[in-house]
Amino acid sequence: METTMNHQITSSKSQQLHVLAVDDSNIDRKIIEKLLKVSSFKVTVVDSGSRALEYLGLEENTNSTQFDDLKVNLIMTDYSMPGMTGFELLKKIKNSSTLKEIPVVIMSSENIVTRIDRCLEEGAEEYLLKPVKLSDVRRLKDSILKTENMGMKPMESNNRKRKRNDDRLPVLPSSLSCHINASMSPPASPQQPTPKLC
Amino acid sequence: MDAVSQLQRQFVEHATSLYREGYLDDQFTQLQKLQDESNPDFVVEVVTLFFEDSEKLLNNLATALQQESIDYKQVDAHVHQFKGSSSSIGAQRVKNVCVVFRNYCDEKNLDGCLVCLQQAKNEYLLVRNKLEALLNLEQQILQAGGSVPMIT
Repeated sequence: METTMNHQITSSKSQQLHVLAVDDSNIDRKIIEKLLKVSSFKVTVVDSGSRALEYLGLEENTNSTQFDDLKVNLIMTDYSMPGMTGFELLKKIKNSSTLKEIPVVIMSSENIVTRIDRCLEEGAEEYLLKPVKLSDVRRLKDSILKTENMGMKPMESNNRKRKRNDDRLPVLPSSLSCHINASMSPPASPQQPTPKLC
Repeated sequence: MDAVSQLQRQFVEHATSLYREGYLDDQFTQLQKLQDESNPDFVVEVVTLFFEDSEKLLNNLATALQQESIDYKQVDAHVHQFKGSSSSIGAQRVKNVCVVFRNYCDEKNLDGCLVCLQQAKNEYLLVRNKLEALLNLEQQILQAGGSVPMIT
């Protein structure tokens, strides 16, 4: 069965972008959810990195046209969380063949240059300082829409939130080829796990 | 002057003084901007979460600082959380105490920590009372059929 990707250039404009937000603070979860909804995102909020991976694993296994609305277009995660930090979550996502294309944004109350650099080098799209503002979310939305519509790899775009002004970004081979990634294989498992909702 | 105008004026005075005296910062305004007809209690809900969270954190901090052998990492973790939540709702003075508090944790300075705990508690109680008064005025204005002035 051919997997229909919903990153097709023509359809992404009409679909609502789906964000998975990860934060251990109940107050911050409530706020980020509101910020995203007000900005017309579809939102799923979880309270830990492990739940995020659970959700993403679930989403990956139900990769058919019927479940397009589960597809995550952006992950926003807090940095300091007990258990799995946002950085660890970022690494796991970027090391996953099926999840690495999803842009990941780190949110943190701490403006630590070495931390920011480390996150960006590991593949984070942006590092946002908390408290996150509506203008941050709006800017993110524009950036994500642009990369989706133009089939560009997210790291090629030049809106990076950095505290330093040098060009130490790792350069990826530029690929203006179709954003549909051939390495994402259709679900092979004969048994689908029973969907568990967080 | 009719009741609604009077309430609105009180609201503006109260809110303005909260900003001027540093109890609240711009983040609180940001939260008010997020509130709309689909979720008219958003600010009240967030503030309520903050009150619940803060009381738990203050208790945890008191307990942690009473231990025979103090785990400063744990104390710092609580303060970090308190700093985060106060920052998220715009409770500036509470947040500022937390910044100093964390430094004392780094230094493992018990006296400093105890002083900060007391200050954090005081600032929290102050902002709680003022927020309750503010939100109360808001309620009264709405119930009287008026609209809540936006403080920018």
